[in-house]
Amino acid sequence: MASVVLSEAEKLYIVHGIQEDLRVDGRGCEDYRCAEVETDVVSNTSGSARVKLGHTDILVGVKAEMGTPKLEKPDEGYLEFFVDCSANATPEFEGRGGEELGTEIANTFYRVFSSESSIDLKSLCINPREHCWVLYVDVLLLECGGNLFDAISIAVKAALFNTRIPKVRVLEDEEGSKEIELSDDPYDCIRLNVDDVPCIVTLSKIGYRHVVDATLQEEACSLASLLISVTSKGALTSMKKMGKGSLDPESIFEMMETGRRVGKSLHIALQKILDEEESLGTSRQKVGFLG
Amino acid sequence: MAAITMRLPVARKAMGPSAPRGGEKHLVAPGDTITTDTGYMRGHGTYVDEEKLIASVAGAVERVNKLVCVKALKTRYNGEVGDIVVGRITEVQQKRWKVETNSRLDSVLLLSSMNLPGGELRRRSAEDELAMRDYLQEADLISAEVQSVFSDGALSLHTRSLKYGKLGQGVLVQVSPSFVKRQKTHFHDLPCGASVILGNNGFIWIYPTPEQKDEEAGGFTTSLEPVPLSDREVISRLRNCIVALVTQKLMLFDTSILYCYEASLPHQIKDILKPEVMEEIVLETRQRLLDLEG
Repeated sequence: MASVVLSEAEKLYIVHGIQEDLRVDGRGCEDYRCAEVETDVVSNTSGSARVKLGHTDILVGVKAEMGTPKLEKPDEGYLEFFVDCSANATPEFEGRGGEELGTEIANTFYRVFSSESSIDLKSLCINPREHCWVLYVDVLLLECGGNLFDAISIAVKAALFNTRIPKVRVLEDEEGSKEIELSDDPYDCIRLNVDDVPCIVTLSKIGYRHVVDATLQEEACSLASLLISVTSKGALTSMKKMGKGSLDPESIFEMMETGRRVGKSLHIALQKILDEEESLGTSRQKVGFLG
Repeated sequence: MAAITMRLPVARKAMGPSAPRGGEKHLVAPGDTITTDTGYMRGHGTYVDEEKLIASVAGAVERVNKLVCVKALKTRYNGEVGDIVVGRITEVQQKRWKVETNSRLDSVLLLSSMNLPGGELRRRSAEDELAMRDYLQEADLISAEVQSVFSDGALSLHTRSLKYGKLGQGVLVQVSPSFVKRQKTHFHDLPCGASVILGNNGFIWIYPTPEQKDEEAGGFTTSLEPVPLSDREVISRLRNCIVALVTQKLMLFDTSILYCYEASLPHQIKDILKPEVMEEIVLETRQRLLDLEG
């Protein structure tokens, strides 16, 4: 992960500040930086979203393609995650430097979405055992400014909300061979229900307290952090501990409670902005990358 | 109580030119022709191609009699003798430290250019060389002055005054060097309760004003006591104001920072970074600065 070096005195200043609930940029321990969310930025995808959280910039594209269902789940479609840490974000990601972080993030997302209730995979099925929709979720890290997982999860939820999968009909011939017919109307599509899609909240332990949405400087001061994925109803779908340091079981419970609370507010804020963007419809001015 | 705000992105508005003083600025991009007149000498940021003077960086053209140069807006720090810089130690080598100052090459701080504790003046011995890491380690921050520039462009720094040396607790803000206005002094004790060092290399250091003014420490002993909450609020507010000024492309100097601080007082510290609040504060600052001049 991209990191900054800090002197001991700077780290001490940050740690003491957090004890008193005043971070370097004036936020409290449970405040997020101002986030900018925009969907439908990439035209040749089924759905896309771009999220800017402080200095962290993430672009997610979702492509829906036809595939065969997995053997153990013949009447469901599935999601495939791929994370690309581009060298734009930091020089450490040049060449194959970003691969390790990319696979770690992708594996985390497989776990987060492994719960059956997060996304209705049965709606992605076209023909049991033969055809289904596979959603390829590609994440591109444009800039690393701390708190990657949260920003990526927000972007993934926004992109899935924005995804439009074309409606298909299966026609059967006399011999029994099936044909798939795509509807002629390009606006005739199915949308995914993202109400139960979880968002990740990263809680970094700094000193005796924990903070949400740590910047790069704060991440340099924290030895251990807890990643939890929370749905909009407050249910936890997965939990992961990161970092070299250790966490007290007491503090894990506290962090889980904080994460749940913050996660619910995060979902409310995100859904509000997505609905607002949706209501603007075609009159919305797309800002994109050259705004 | 968690506070999460999300918003839709807004296209950047082209800001109207602020009152042009001394005529409109001639802005160029790399490859633009500045002039076809061959009577001019070419300065930094330009090159000659087929009798035309062409810009090699993006910025504003400056003309001093016959010398034409282009001052880039976003660039690495180009050091000059006498500049104050704030730097971070990257390496400890034999008899010198390598300091990162946001320039093209790491700057050099020689052991002989460093003040020994107690202010003693003597020749540096082998013990001093072995004890280098006790004075400055990797990742430490220092304030120093540029002593000279090597032929390859690397800077040689010195801390031969009691006001320079290792920096203690505080906040570092990194901006582009072109935002820091050249002034007589870069060490400011702001009346709001914090002090700031405006490094010419774009590193701005905000720290709590030390109470006693006795100087024999010379910057070697860093206080590890927790900074009181009131000072922290001032420092955080100043940090956000500086970020706001830089985002809105205003020059940084003590008066602009102070006016911005005063304009931000009605808002909460964390709200200063919201785009609409930022615009409002910086507009007020700009207005006050214009009133000050006019």
